[in-house]
Amino acid sequence: MAGMRAPGNAAVAQSIELERASVRLGAREIWGDVSMRMDRGEFVALLGGNGSGKSTLLKVVLGAIPLASGRVSVLGNPAGAANRAIGYLPQRRSFDESTRLRGSDIVRLGLDGDRWGFPPPVAWGRSAARQQAARARVAEVIEMVGAGAYAGRPIGQLSGGEQQRLLIAQALVRRPELLLLDEPLDSLDLPTQASVAALVQDVCRDAGVGVLLVAHDVNPLLPYIDRVVYLAGGHAVEGTVEQVITSETLTDLHGVPVEVLKASDGRLVVVGQPEAPAHHHDRHAHAAGDHTHAHAI
Amino acid sequence: MPSESASPTLSWNLARDLGEVLEYHFMVNALLAGSVVAVMAGLVGWLMVLRRQAFAGHTLSMMAFPGASGASLVGIPAAWGYFAFCGAGALAIGRLSGRGRGTSPEQGARIGAVQATALALGFLFVSLYGGVLGDLESLLFGNILAISDGQLLLLAAVAFAVLATLGALARPLLFASVDPDVAGARGVPVRLLSGGFLLLLAVAVAATSQITGPLLVFALLVAPPATAQLITVRPAVSLLLSVLLGLMIVWLGMGIAYFSVYPAGFFISAIAFAVYLLVRIAVGLRGRSASARGAADARPAEARA
Repeated sequence: MAGMRAPGNAAVAQSIELERASVRLGAREIWGDVSMRMDRGEFVALLGGNGSGKSTLLKVVLGAIPLASGRVSVLGNPAGAANRAIGYLPQRRSFDESTRLRGSDIVRLGLDGDRWGFPPPVAWGRSAARQQAARARVAEVIEMVGAGAYAGRPIGQLSGGEQQRLLIAQALVRRPELLLLDEPLDSLDLPTQASVAALVQDVCRDAGVGVLLVAHDVNPLLPYIDRVVYLAGGHAVEGTVEQVITSETLTDLHGVPVEVLKASDGRLVVVGQPEAPAHHHDRHAHAAGDHTHAHAI
Repeated sequence: MPSESASPTLSWNLARDLGEVLEYHFMVNALLAGSVVAVMAGLVGWLMVLRRQAFAGHTLSMMAFPGASGASLVGIPAAWGYFAFCGAGALAIGRLSGRGRGTSPEQGARIGAVQATALALGFLFVSLYGGVLGDLESLLFGNILAISDGQLLLLAAVAFAVLATLGALARPLLFASVDPDVAGARGVPVRLLSGGFLLLLAVAVAATSQITGPLLVFALLVAPPATAQLITVRPAVSLLLSVLLGLMIVWLGMGIAYFSVYPAGFFISAIAFAVYLLVRIAVGLRGRSASARGAADARPAEARA
């Protein structure tokens, strides 16, 4: 089982393809008429404000939320059919300080935690070889994310960045063809954000894994990503950063005047971006009580 | 207990003392039953502690009170009442607490409501029963020195079923316990496992209650696993340690009780708590000296980050 290739359709060049897709939760349309294509081995950032439906899009790709209309194809299969080939890292996951398991145990659960039974306490022959292969694979991904120094410590006592690296290792341990990372940079400090983004790019290049990474702020990702998908106002635009993060595109998307400013250090600042209704706890927002405000995306 | 044997005295010859203990059929049954309970509680309790469901476990053990009094009321064996009420309690907690682990305050309140209702029912059954209920003391503290061969057999069968099920569910259950979101995305039936584990816990508690009594189940369900998890973070070693600690506590507790006039339940609980306390202190001291050592080289690391 360890090291087994998951069932993606290798003949298909797209890892994700959405065509005129829309999603409803109850009576509310989260987004509609969204089309996007993501090629294999691409590193794409999924951007947008709170409540714009970024996590919903990941769940559509996983087949956990059905489309109201349109079509979705994941690794050449209907959504949900190729989940074995997807590494998924959910939003805002951290382990309680008192969780008494090692980081390497968490990674190992990603490899075979969904199999019934338990690994034999004493093994010989083929069974021993399988155990050996599983341990080697766990050690290999832990090395790949640079977590070797602390993987043996209790997961709850590691820093946010260290936990995030181990969780990325967990998502990678089955050699997925597609990684879905939901706000992996959230609640990390700036240098750690940069190093995790660089790690994800390495994984994307070296292992040829397609990565769709949800983020609030594009700036820490700028040096690493290939393209962006921007969700706002119930619609999406995709393209390179230069194509998408412009005053014209974002004004169209939001339906209100939006201005993109470029700081001298290359950072992008979006001014006038409206907040999604009923979500007013954005960590980057400072102008409380104002309906529009400057916002670094 | 001293009334049943001609006032046993402890000599300095341990082999002779042990021989004397094992001469009595009731003591052999007690030790066997205690060992079965220690193994089952050590393994089921390990997951309970990891899942932070100690309060749910405590509530399930309280179910033994309405279970036993209800059984007396309708005139069926107490064991049936234990199993019926513990099972019903597990279903109630499972339905009320919903998704996730038993950590949120709201979940605590819901489980507390189940517990209060169960205890109230128990009192109602006692008063409906009229008269004095059998012996309330053995109802609350169990009667480990009066285990019949039939009870021992039932206990062993229940333990076997519980452990076989636990073994079959082990890995996905561990995954769903520590990392429910990813486990769910990988196709692990997280909710079903959560309900299933509560039922396993209920059966284990019901079987154990008859031996140690509902008030002392907790000693064996919580203390050995919590102690083991303090000592090591390696899951396999920790599970083994939890079982060994449980066995040691039970044997020691019963051994001391045999030569004393006080009940075995007290010694078992007291030893369990003492071991936990000692390990906690030892781990705390080691942690402090380690952090004192580490403080010097931790600072450059922080500066680097």
